[in-house]
Amino acid sequence: MPKITSKINTRSAEFLENAEHMQAQVDDLKAKLDIIKLGGGEKSRERHLSRGKLLPRDRVYQLLDEGSPFLELSQLAAYEVYDDNVPAAGIITGIGRVGGQECIIVANDATVKGGTYYPLTVKKHLRAQTIAQENNLPCIYLVDSGGANLPNQDDVFPDREHFGRIFFNQANMSAQNIPQIAVVMGSCTAGGAYVPAMADESIIVKEQGTIFLAGPPLVKAATGEVVSAEDLGGADVHCRTSGVSDHYAQNDHHALEIARSAVKNLNRVKPMQLNIEAVEEPAYDVNEIYGVIPKDARQPFDVREVIARIVDGSEFDEFKALYGTTLVCGFARIFGYPVGIVANNGILFGESAQKGAHFIELCSQRKIPLVFLQNITGFMVGQQYEAGGIAKHGAKMVTAVACAQVPKFTVLIGGSFGAGNYGMCGRAYDPRFLFMWPNARISVMGGEQAAGVLAQVKSDQMAKRGESWSDEEQAQFKQPIIDTYEHQGHPYYASARLWDDGVIDPADTRQVLGLAISASLNKPIADTQFGVFRM
Amino acid sequence: MTTSTMFTKILIANRGEIACRIIKTARRMGINTVAVYSDADKNALHVTMADEAVYIGASPSRDSYLVAEKVIEAAKTTGAQAIHPGYGFLSENADFCRMCAENDITFIGPPVGAIEAMGSKSAAKSIMEKANVPLVPGYHGDDQSEAVLKKAADDMGYPVLLKATAGGGGKGMRQVWSSDEFAEGLAAAKREAASSFGDDTMLVEKYLTQPRHVEIQIFCDNHDNAVYLFERDCSVQRRHQKVIEEAPAPGMTDELRDQMGQAAIQSAKAIGYQGAGTVEFLLDVDGSFYFMEMNTRLQVEHPVTELITDQDLVEWQLRVASGETLPKTQAELAIKGHAFEARIYAEDPDNDFLPATGKLSFLVPPLESEHVRVDTGVRQGDEVSVYYDPMIAKLIVWDESREKALQRMAKALGEYRVSGVTTNIDFLYNLATCAPFVNAELDTGFIEKHNDIIFHKDQRALANELPMAALYLVLSRAEQAQKVATKTNDPFSPWNATNAWRMNEANAQSIVLNHSDTDYEVVIEQKRQGSDSYYLVQIGEQSYDCQGNIDGNALYFNINGYRSCAQIAHNEQQISLYRADGVFNFNQVLPDLGEAGEDAGHGGLAAPMNGTMVDVLVSAGDKVEKDQPLVIMEAMKMEHTIKAPSAGVVTALFYQPGDMVDGGAELLSFEADE
Repeated sequence: MPKITSKINTRSAEFLENAEHMQAQVDDLKAKLDIIKLGGGEKSRERHLSRGKLLPRDRVYQLLDEGSPFLELSQLAAYEVYDDNVPAAGIITGIGRVGGQECIIVANDATVKGGTYYPLTVKKHLRAQTIAQENNLPCIYLVDSGGANLPNQDDVFPDREHFGRIFFNQANMSAQNIPQIAVVMGSCTAGGAYVPAMADESIIVKEQGTIFLAGPPLVKAATGEVVSAEDLGGADVHCRTSGVSDHYAQNDHHALEIARSAVKNLNRVKPMQLNIEAVEEPAYDVNEIYGVIPKDARQPFDVREVIARIVDGSEFDEFKALYGTTLVCGFARIFGYPVGIVANNGILFGESAQKGAHFIELCSQRKIPLVFLQNITGFMVGQQYEAGGIAKHGAKMVTAVACAQVPKFTVLIGGSFGAGNYGMCGRAYDPRFLFMWPNARISVMGGEQAAGVLAQVKSDQMAKRGESWSDEEQAQFKQPIIDTYEHQGHPYYASARLWDDGVIDPADTRQVLGLAISASLNKPIADTQFGVFRM
Repeated sequence: MTTSTMFTKILIANRGEIACRIIKTARRMGINTVAVYSDADKNALHVTMADEAVYIGASPSRDSYLVAEKVIEAAKTTGAQAIHPGYGFLSENADFCRMCAENDITFIGPPVGAIEAMGSKSAAKSIMEKANVPLVPGYHGDDQSEAVLKKAADDMGYPVLLKATAGGGGKGMRQVWSSDEFAEGLAAAKREAASSFGDDTMLVEKYLTQPRHVEIQIFCDNHDNAVYLFERDCSVQRRHQKVIEEAPAPGMTDELRDQMGQAAIQSAKAIGYQGAGTVEFLLDVDGSFYFMEMNTRLQVEHPVTELITDQDLVEWQLRVASGETLPKTQAELAIKGHAFEARIYAEDPDNDFLPATGKLSFLVPPLESEHVRVDTGVRQGDEVSVYYDPMIAKLIVWDESREKALQRMAKALGEYRVSGVTTNIDFLYNLATCAPFVNAELDTGFIEKHNDIIFHKDQRALANELPMAALYLVLSRAEQAQKVATKTNDPFSPWNATNAWRMNEANAQSIVLNHSDTDYEVVIEQKRQGSDSYYLVQIGEQSYDCQGNIDGNALYFNINGYRSCAQIAHNEQQISLYRADGVFNFNQVLPDLGEAGEDAGHGGLAAPMNGTMVDVLVSAGDKVEKDQPLVIMEAMKMEHTIKAPSAGVVTALFYQPGDMVDGGAELLSFEADE
C-alpha cells in the first residue's frame, strides 16, 4: 500500500501556532472532565465511602480485566444543561474488557443526586444499550440509583425513549442472547428494581444492595407495615427467599469478582469476518494532528495529513484520486483492521457525492467498516449545480450511507453543517459510534450563513415596506444569531445532549477508532440492501 | 590378601536424594539396585530409578525404613549381596549391621565395633581421649541426675551445650546460656532425644562462642590403608543443622589441614574403622581444634568433597566394602578449586524455619553442568510429606576459586523455581550473597549474628526494587495478554492491551505491593503509545521513568537512566527479585473479597503443619495469658509450641498426645478476652 507523504513542516510557525491552539482546547476539555469525573460533591463522596462502598469509577475499573482499556462514552452528558449540576448525567457508561470479552458497562453514580435519572441520564443509559445491541456486547449494570428523578418525571417517565425503554431493551437484548448482568450495589427502588429483576443474572451486595418496588416509607404509608430496608429487600431476602437475585456478595469487590466470573461463563466467541494484519504504528506521530488543524476554522487543510496520523503505517490506497477531489476515499488499516475512509477535503460537488456513494457501495459489498472524517460546510449551491442535479447526487450518497450495513464510525474533525452532515454519516445515520474533536462545530449551517440568511429575509421584508437599515444595524442583528450558533454548535453543547458519543482528544483518534472498530466486530456484518438510487 | 569381587546387586535402605544418588553410581558401575519404599513413597523417584523395589510398610519411618527385619528380608528376597544404608535411618545402627552379617549380607559401612564405639558420644570421647585426640571440656558421665548434670554445667561455666549421647543432626540438642535456664533446656532436650532416639542420656559440654565447624572426610579399607579427603567447613548452621557447606575451608593452611587430617585418621584407627567416615572438629579462632564426634557413614555434604577431589565417594564405599583397596593413596589426592553445597528445604525461614509440607506444584531446578550439580529425590508434582526430612534437594556448585563458586551458587539459587511449598531458597540466596559470607567470616553463630542482613530487616534500598517489581508486573501482564490474544481470532485488537487506556485521562493504574508486611501503592502510567512508550512509576513523592523488557526469567530495565538486570521468579501473586545483594520478595495485594473473617471474633487455633500432638498443657475452661504455651506439636522431629494469641479462655481441646494432626486442623477452640 502506498504511504502518504506528509507535506507539513512541523517546525513552521504556523504549525506551532496551530498546535498551541489545539492544545489549549484539549487542555480545557480535560480540565472540565477532571471535575466531572469526580462525580458528586466531596461530602456526598465521603458519605458514599463511609458506607464501605467503592466510588462508581473505582467500581468500573475494578470490574475490568487488569489493565483493560475503557472506552468511556458521553463524559460531558448533561454538562450545563440543568439548573442542577449533574456531572456526566450521574451515570458512567463505556466499553471495557471483562473476562476477555468486550462489554458495555453502565454504572450509576449515587454521589450525584442519589443516582436518580434525569432525562439525559435516561438518554445516556439508552444510548449505551443501543451500542450494546448494535454491536452485540454483553451489558453489565452496576446499580446504585434512587430511580427516576421525580421533579423531572414528565421528561423521564412517559415517552417511548424514556425510563421504561431500559427494561424493554433488557428483555429484547436478552432475547437476542446479549447477556444482561446486574450488580446491585446500592438501592434499586421502584422502576429501578426491574434492572436486576430483568437481568439474566444478578448479584447483590450484603448490607448495601436493596431491591424493592416500594421503599419502607411508601410501605408504611400504604399498609402501615414498618420494616427496615434490609429486611424489605436486602441481599438475604433476595438470595435466600425471593430469588430476585442469584449471587450473594460480601462487599463491592466480591460482587465485581462474581460479575467477572459470570461473564467468563457466557461462552461467547467473537466472529471475525475481516482479513486482519499485524498492527503498524502510523509513520507520523499522532500528536502532530494538533498542528495540522488550522487555528482559523475557515482555513482549508489536506485531510490526508490527518489520515496519515490515524492509519497503520500511514498507508492509504486512494480510490478515484483524480475525480471528485473534494471527497477523499480510500482503503487503509487501523489496528490491523481493513477500513474504508471517507473524508471531506472541501465542499461536496455532484462528482464527489457520486464517488462517495460508489465507494460506500464497494465497502458494503466487501464488508469493510467505514470511517467518516467530517469537515463539511455542505453541498455546493447555485444555479449551475442545481441544474447539474446536485440534489440527486447528494441523495445517492445519503442513500448509500443510510443503507450501508457495515459498521460505520464518524469523527467530526471540523465543521458539520447542513446536508453534508447527512451524507457524511451524521448521528441520524446510525454510525456505531460518533465522536467530536474539541474544535468541531455542528449546526444546520454556519452561524455567519444563518445570520446572513435571516438578515436577508429581514432586508427583503423591510424593502417591501420601503424601509432600510444601516450596516451597523445589520451587524447588531446578526451578532446574537452568530453567538447562538457558536454556542449551540460547540462540541460541549452537542455532547451534553448526547448528539455524539463523546468529545475526544484528536491525538487519541486512532486509539478510539481502533477500540470502537474492534468492539463493533462482535456483531457479524450483515449484507446490505440499498434503496433506489436516483440516477 | 583376599580377592575382591564387586557386588552385582545391592539394596539401598534409604529414600530421597541419597537413595537416588547411590543408584546413579551403582548403575554406572553396572550394579543392579533394589529400592525399598513405604506407602508415602510408592511413586517416589528413588523407586522408579531402581531396577527393583520392595514395599516395606506404612509411611511413618518407624514402620518402614527403620524396621531392620523388613529391610533384611527385602535384601534376601531380591538376592542383594550388600546393603547401602545411606545416611540417617539404619546407617549408624549397630544391631542392623550385626543382622546383615548374620544374614550373610555385606553392610556397606564400618564394622559393628566402630559404630558402637562412636554411637555413644560420651563413649566416643573417652576413646578419643585415650588416643590423644583433643577434646572440648565436658561431662560425659553415666550419672544422669539433673543435679549432677547441672553441677557439671555450673563448673565449666556457661554457655554450655546439652547433647543427646545417641543424637545427631541437631535433635535433642540445646544451648543453655545461664544456670536459670538449665532445667527447662534439659527437659526439652531429653524429650526430643527420647522421641527421636528412644534414649535421653545427655552429655554436657563447654560451648565455644565463636567456633567453626570443620570436619575431615576419611576413608579406610580392609587392608589397613587410610586417607583423608581433606576438610569441609560446615560452620553456617541454624539450630545445629548445616545450611551451607563448603570445601576447602576458607583460610585453612596446609599445615593445619595435615594436623587435622592426621588426627582424624588417628581417631579412625583407634576404633578399627573401615569405609567412609567423617570426624567433626570444632576449630577455634586460635587454630586449636577439638574432636566433636565421628559420623560412621556417608555425610549429607559429601558432594563438596567429591567436587574438589574429583572422586566418587559412593564408588569408593562400594569398592572398599567389596574388599578392594582404596582407589587412591594420600599422595594421589589433591584439592582442585572450591565447592559449595546448599541444602534446599521445604521450610519457612521467616517462621523460625518451621518445616513445610505440600505438593511441589512447580519445580524447576537450575540446569546441571560441570559447575552445577543437583542431588534430589523429588520431581514436580511430588509431595513433601510430614513423615520424612523435608529436604527437597542439595545444590552443589564448583569453580576454580571460592569467589567464582559463590557466584555460581547465587546464580543457581536465583534460577531455582519451586512453588506449592514454602522453601528456604530465598534465605539461602540472601545468605550466599551477604557480605560476611562472601568475606568468609564464618563461625557456627553466623546466622544469628547476621540475622538482620540475611532477612533484609534493614529495609534498605527498596527505592529501586519497588519500581522494578512494578515494571515487571506491567510488562509480564502485557506479555501474558499477548500470549492469550494470539490464540484468539482477534489477535491485534487494541482491547488486548493492558495499559489501562482511559478516555481523556492519564492511562494510570494502581498496584499495591507488599514487602515485609508493609503495603506500597504504586501508580504506573504508560506514556506514549507504541514502540517509544515508557512507564512513569509513582511511589509516594518519588517518580521514576521506566523502560524494560522481559527475556525469560530476566528483567532488563532502565529506571531513571540506571540500566541493569534482575532475575525474577513470579508465582501467582508473589514476585521475587534476585539481585546481586539478595532477594526481594513482593506480594501483589488483591482487593479483600470479604470472604475470609466470616467467623472472626470467636474461633480456634489451627495446626501450623501436619504433625503429632506431643503434649497438651491446658485443659478446657482454663484462663490463659497471651503467649502462654497451650499445646506442643512435633513435626519432622522438631517441636513447635502453640501459644495463646491473646489472653482468653480455652473452651475445648480436640487432640490428645500422640494423635496425628493435619496441617490447618483446629487444635482447640479459644475465646479471646474483650
